[in-house]
Amino acid sequence: MYTGLLERHRRGSKLIEITENLCKGCEICIEFCPLKVFEKSDKLNRKGYYLPIVTDEDLCVGCRLCELLCPEFAIVITNE
Amino acid sequence: MSEPRHRLMGYVREEIMPHRFCSGCGCGTVLNAFTNAVEGIDLDPGRMVCVSGIGCSSWIPSPYFKSDTLHTTHGRPIAFATGVKMMRPDLTVVVIAGDGDVAGIGGNHLIHAARRNIDLSVFMVNNMIYGMTGGQVAPTTPAGVKTTTTPHRNVEPPFRVADLVVAAGAGYVARWTTYHAFPLMESMQNAMTRKGFSFIEIISQCPENYGRRIGLRRAIDFLKMFKEKAIRIEKTRDMSEEELKDRIIIGRLCDRDRPEFADEMHKLTAEQVAGLKASKEAAG
Ligand SMILES: Cc1ncc(C[n+]2csc(CCOP(=O)(O)OP(=O)(O)O)c2C)c(N)n1
Ligand code: SF4
Ligand code: SF4
Ligand code: SF4
Ligand SMILES: [Mg+2]
Repeated sequence: MYTGLLERHRRGSKLIEITENLCKGCEICIEFCPLKVFEKSDKLNRKGYYLPIVTDEDLCVGCRLCELLCPEFAIVITNE
Repeated sequence: MSEPRHRLMGYVREEIMPHRFCSGCGCGTVLNAFTNAVEGIDLDPGRMVCVSGIGCSSWIPSPYFKSDTLHTTHGRPIAFATGVKMMRPDLTVVVIAGDGDVAGIGGNHLIHAARRNIDLSVFMVNNMIYGMTGGQVAPTTPAGVKTTTTPHRNVEPPFRVADLVVAAGAGYVARWTTYHAFPLMESMQNAMTRKGFSFIEIISQCPENYGRRIGLRRAIDFLKMFKEKAIRIEKTRDMSEEELKDRIIIGRLCDRDRPEFADEMHKLTAEQVAGLKASKEAAG
């Protein structure tokens, strides 16, 4: 069973959640988010992968591309 | 902070997450697209049987997807799936396995299942290599590439597997890449809801045992390449073979209704039984 800290970013109706200990630092979300919402951080998770962080959640248009491309189920986008 | 839970965790074996695929492996994105596809059309995993062979891609359904699964021998998932479909035509039977498995050692099962148009959905993860065993050349490896078993270069042209399956007679055939995750997901939904043999070739990345040797170390290098090389089939009609040489043709290659094998067999059986009964009655 995985356990992990959750990074939550909420602005308005959109919620971006990244599960730290599922991430394997592949940078797919960072590279392919059309609005460049993510950035590589210098924070390591317990497996030793550099985590993405959300730079500006206001930019997010809720397209869910990052959620679907992530190979690890580490990102959840909620449009409320 | 609270314990996170992805909304699709109910569809996978949560107790063994994170999965074992390497960082950035396309198998993870295919698992993601597949669970999204199943959830999106409200398919009940309890009424699905997912069949795989041997290879990294074969781990997508088994152990990770939470339905009944058959993890079979290398090359034979379509043969096992054929048996399942014949006995239980009411279930949705899906095969997910690698290019080596489906188009290499299992190639003959593939062409005959397509010819019969048996009601299976086959999702072939084409990472252009034997990933699990350490990066040996596959029948899908592009010419010119160095692998562990073609240390100088591969001199063989790669199989165009989706085209082969169209020619063999399948009902539905499409090709996508792991960059095209949304259309891939929709295509999986089409495949699983329509009757007949459905085949999706998913061009994918193995950064670990393929990318590393060809200068594409990171998953994002592969996805950029897929994005650049992909061309929708609708745009290729007037293009020459030469112009398309280095491109990845994506989209729906065919979608047609043909008699389905399990139906035809069961119809024939019913006819035979009725015939026997009639002749018995006639004989008194
Ligand atoms: C009959 C048989 N032959 C060979 C093998 C060794 N073997 C295991 S996986 C594999 C190839 C895997 O390649 P692929 O099917 O493309 O899956 P991938 O790991 O690339 O996803 C081979 C040759 C085997 N297990 N069984
Ligand atoms: S795509 Fe997923 S696994 Fe890759 S860096 Fe982003 S959150 Fe981590
Ligand atoms: S939902 Fe779309 S815009 Fe928002 S972070 Fe993800 S990829 Fe970027
Ligand atoms: S060896 Fe290749 S195909 Fe297998 S899990 Fe690693 S990256 Fe994926
Ligand atoms: Mg392979």
